[in-house]
Amino acid sequence: MVDETDKSRKYRSVAYYPGCALEGTAHAYNVSTKAVAHELNLGLKEVKNWNCCGAMEVKNIDPKLQTYLSSRVLSIAANEMGHDVVMSPCNGCYHNLKKAEYDIEHDPDTQDVVERLSAKAGHATYKAGQAETIHALDWIKETIGEEGIKARTRDKLAGLKVANYYGCMYVRPRHIFPEKDKGPGSESTLKPHFMDDILAAAGAENVEFPLKTACCGGAHTLSDSDTSTKLVLNILEAAEAAGADVIATECPTCHTGLELHQVRAETRFGRKTSVKIMYFTQLLGLALGIRPRKLGIQENISDAMEVVIAKRLT
Amino acid sequence: MRSFADIEAGIDRLADTDAPPGQAAAELLALGEEVLEHWVIARGQAPTSERKEGFRLLALHRQGAKGDPSFNACRETARELAYHYNLIALEPDHPEVRQRLRLATMVARHLCLFVSGKMEVAGLGEFCCSSRPLRAGGG
Repeated sequence: MVDETDKSRKYRSVAYYPGCALEGTAHAYNVSTKAVAHELNLGLKEVKNWNCCGAMEVKNIDPKLQTYLSSRVLSIAANEMGHDVVMSPCNGCYHNLKKAEYDIEHDPDTQDVVERLSAKAGHATYKAGQAETIHALDWIKETIGEEGIKARTRDKLAGLKVANYYGCMYVRPRHIFPEKDKGPGSESTLKPHFMDDILAAAGAENVEFPLKTACCGGAHTLSDSDTSTKLVLNILEAAEAAGADVIATECPTCHTGLELHQVRAETRFGRKTSVKIMYFTQLLGLALGIRPRKLGIQENISDAMEVVIAKRLT
Repeated sequence: MRSFADIEAGIDRLADTDAPPGQAAAELLALGEEVLEHWVIARGQAPTSERKEGFRLLALHRQGAKGDPSFNACRETARELAYHYNLIALEPDHPEVRQRLRLATMVARHLCLFVSGKMEVAGLGEFCCSSRPLRAGGG
């Protein structure tokens, strides 16, 4: 069993799996994650020749094929790069890699499929327990911790009201996250708080936000855009009703959905909201004194620079 | 049983109601139950009258999620609605009770939007090409 100190040491240098979204629509999440890592002196080594985690498309057609795709990422990290921790900032990738870890450990049929496809693809088979997947939130929380963030940021985010939005894939299904719900210090699947803790340590005021893990409508976005827009609009209006200046995100799908449907809500339904949407790594980066451009803030659709200037975050 | 549109209208009305907060919160809870009843009935089951942790809403959610783990995407939303009901019902004179009621209506609306959207998608299948009938219909 790894204790807190060991965990902190273990996570200081990790294999980094950005996933497809962070090379596209969530480019700002990628650059801000790397900038924060650099500032905090944390080691990120990108997984070599990584592939898609299987996301939703492959999973809907063949769940075991999706498991294989995720296992290949874990296998490269463990067998070719010698890492036992893979850090993924994307909720979808994080979820799929965690699910692969679980299924490979508990389901012999899945093990057979993964072994067969790995042999066919010509790489070592990922074996249960070889690597642990963590989210960017776990990574910051466990390595630097709230006290470390406080010491480095000196309440830089003071005066900023934040609604922390985790999305639905970070905490469910519970059984694939054995490290959560372990009492004080661990993450909760019912009321996640790691992002709240990190940003509060940097001086932000977290508002009471009742839709932290509510669906953003990502799955409906192509088949039923109006439902997605209404779901997002409700999240945006709830954040404003709670008094938030900014919604902090940690999922590229949620983030993109919030930003795009914020625009669509105005054009389609005439409902304008002005709350800004920023990745938690962008907010933490600002608190650490990193310049906005290095955090990709100019890429945000919701014109987050407005709040950065108004709240004197640079 | 009322349509989703009527349920949503009912939720919207409660956002600006002058009714006593406890009564409004109970109405919101009942509307949330009605939303989940839709889902359970559409799956060919009779909605449970049981309670979980004191709430029929949570028992209905559990019933609706059996065999369909993706329905757990609204688990916390249902729990938030129950939590807000407790907040309002137990402290009806709290200085922030109207704000709590306002947020509770947003939680109830989210549940309604999620379940109605999910029912539409479930009726069409889960693949991208399944959106064709919606697009053809001008959606």
